[in-house]
Amino acid sequence: MGKSVIFTQLSGVYAISSNYPGTTVDFSKSTVRKNNTWFELIDAPGTYALSAEAEAEKIAEKLIEEGDIVVNVVDATNLERNLYLTFELLEKKKPMILVLNMWDEAKKRGIEIDREALEEALGVPVIPVVATTGEGIKDLVRALDRAQVPKLVPQDHEKRWEEIGNLLKKVQRFSYREPQWVDFLYRATISPVGGLLIGIGVLIGSFFLIRLIGEGIINYVFDPLFDRFYLPLLEKLDQLLSFSPFLQSLLIGQRIEGVIDFEQSLGVLSTGIYIPIAVVLPYILAFYLILGFLEDIGYLPRLAVLLDGFFHKVGLHGYAIVPTLLGLGCNVPGILGTRVLESEVERFIVATLISVAIPCAAQQALIVGVLGDFGIGPVVLVYSVLFLVWVVTALFLKFVVPGYRPALIIEIPPYRLPYPRAVASKLWMRVREFLKDALPIVLLGVLGINLLYTTNVFSHLAETFSPFLSRWLGLPGEAIFVLFLGFLRKDLAMGLLIPLGLSPKQLIISSVVLAMFFPCVATFVIILRELGWKRLLQSTVIMVSLSLLVGGLLNVVL
Amino acid sequence: MEKKQMSLVEMPPGQEGTVVAIDGGQGVVNRLWVMGIFPGRKITKLASLPAQGPVVIKVGNQELALGRGMAQKVIVEVTR
Repeated sequence: MGKSVIFTQLSGVYAISSNYPGTTVDFSKSTVRKNNTWFELIDAPGTYALSAEAEAEKIAEKLIEEGDIVVNVVDATNLERNLYLTFELLEKKKPMILVLNMWDEAKKRGIEIDREALEEALGVPVIPVVATTGEGIKDLVRALDRAQVPKLVPQDHEKRWEEIGNLLKKVQRFSYREPQWVDFLYRATISPVGGLLIGIGVLIGSFFLIRLIGEGIINYVFDPLFDRFYLPLLEKLDQLLSFSPFLQSLLIGQRIEGVIDFEQSLGVLSTGIYIPIAVVLPYILAFYLILGFLEDIGYLPRLAVLLDGFFHKVGLHGYAIVPTLLGLGCNVPGILGTRVLESEVERFIVATLISVAIPCAAQQALIVGVLGDFGIGPVVLVYSVLFLVWVVTALFLKFVVPGYRPALIIEIPPYRLPYPRAVASKLWMRVREFLKDALPIVLLGVLGINLLYTTNVFSHLAETFSPFLSRWLGLPGEAIFVLFLGFLRKDLAMGLLIPLGLSPKQLIISSVVLAMFFPCVATFVIILRELGWKRLLQSTVIMVSLSLLVGGLLNVVL
Repeated sequence: MEKKQMSLVEMPPGQEGTVVAIDGGQGVVNRLWVMGIFPGRKITKLASLPAQGPVVIKVGNQELALGRGMAQKVIVEVTR
């Protein structure tokens, strides 16, 4: 662990990192200069061994073959396990540098490593670093052109562990250290009963904390800002545009009872800016702040361990929780995150489950925002229905899709206090991604709707679908646009439900159908890229039929 | 001193044992091998999670969670 942090430190190009294996599922490239030589730097996903099963690990293996120099980053607190890969790499006889990361943590835990003896034995430079603080990074840069073809080349694959054991006897020593509070916490969070209770508490607590932070930012920051500064600005612009009613309605939108209404006016500059910035962004911030903390503390692998039993009953293993949680932020990284899973079948199932039953943070912001007006009940109902759909779909796929499902085997990293700077830069990175991807699409979407409104396409469509929608889902014909727009962005589609003036029941049904119906275009493309068009087609059939089924059921039951 | 063989699942939490066999195919053996679990290794069992959950063990300086199915295949010898 820590490769991405070192990559960031070396190149200044940010790569997302966390305190658990498997954060990096793709590679990033950058360059670093030493004197007058430029080195191209590639950050590879982590792997326990060469010739591993998971997609991410295969990528790592390929990169090692292609590279000229291998920088092998190992966790100094856990030298023994890490040396297995090091020994495999030594056999490649490529110029290599061994980086001992978390050097400070190792010292704190009373682990002494004789760097010089290790260097001597392996015949490659050994550089201790503390990636998170940048300590030792300069030494690493200095060592780049000292990379050596290893002197020690393990002879016998079968004896690898024996050789590692012998080497460690020479270079590593442990001294006693007082137990610390983290040790207690460590035991508690994976203890059979307490751990589960803590796990449930953490999940529920996170949900409410995200809501609290999100609402807080909306009520105390963005709403006042929009009302006090942005609204007068729009009013002025509206006057300036009075020569062209067309531009007025396009940019500012329709006045609702004489005033510009950010939620309902539907202008590019009114609703188009308000929804992504003042409604969705606060929740994106809140979600990724909490997720970042959980990631950097090292809680996610524990959650995977705790939930493994439950996940097994629905045909998955515990690590599936990691891409699923990422999916709660945005489905795209969630589906990319399935690369840590070892079989194609499992990737397909988890990706389908994410796109069917996991609403992204942007959509959740609007589910909570729109349904929250009717109390907590409808919100809870939507989440419960989606959870149920998740379980039932998982069970269904367990029996329908045959294939290899490997058992869980994961490393549990020690807890660490997150570095505020690391949490902040990760948060900024993810928020920037949202702004870059979401804002243009929402603006274009609102522009498109406005242009289509001026033609008659919409009313024709609405008339055609009206009988089906009202009979099956109990929704007005206009809701068909919302479903179509869901393909563009779910948050925007949810936002367009507001001007329709739906009843709570209709809002619940449309929220659920919209969440399940079809992934947004970004998710669609990523499933295609990751799993191919056959899997995408299967996924799509499941999504469309399930959403109509569940929507119809809700219409009858509610 | 009595020696007894059992799987990691049956081994009581807190107990230390030595791996004597991996009762599985080459795939399982390889995956465990890479993580440092192979005949001759000392393992301490830390916990066993309910609802057929994983078994948490300590190998060397490292803590690992093994799915129930995987843990069943690791046969250890316990001295008591």
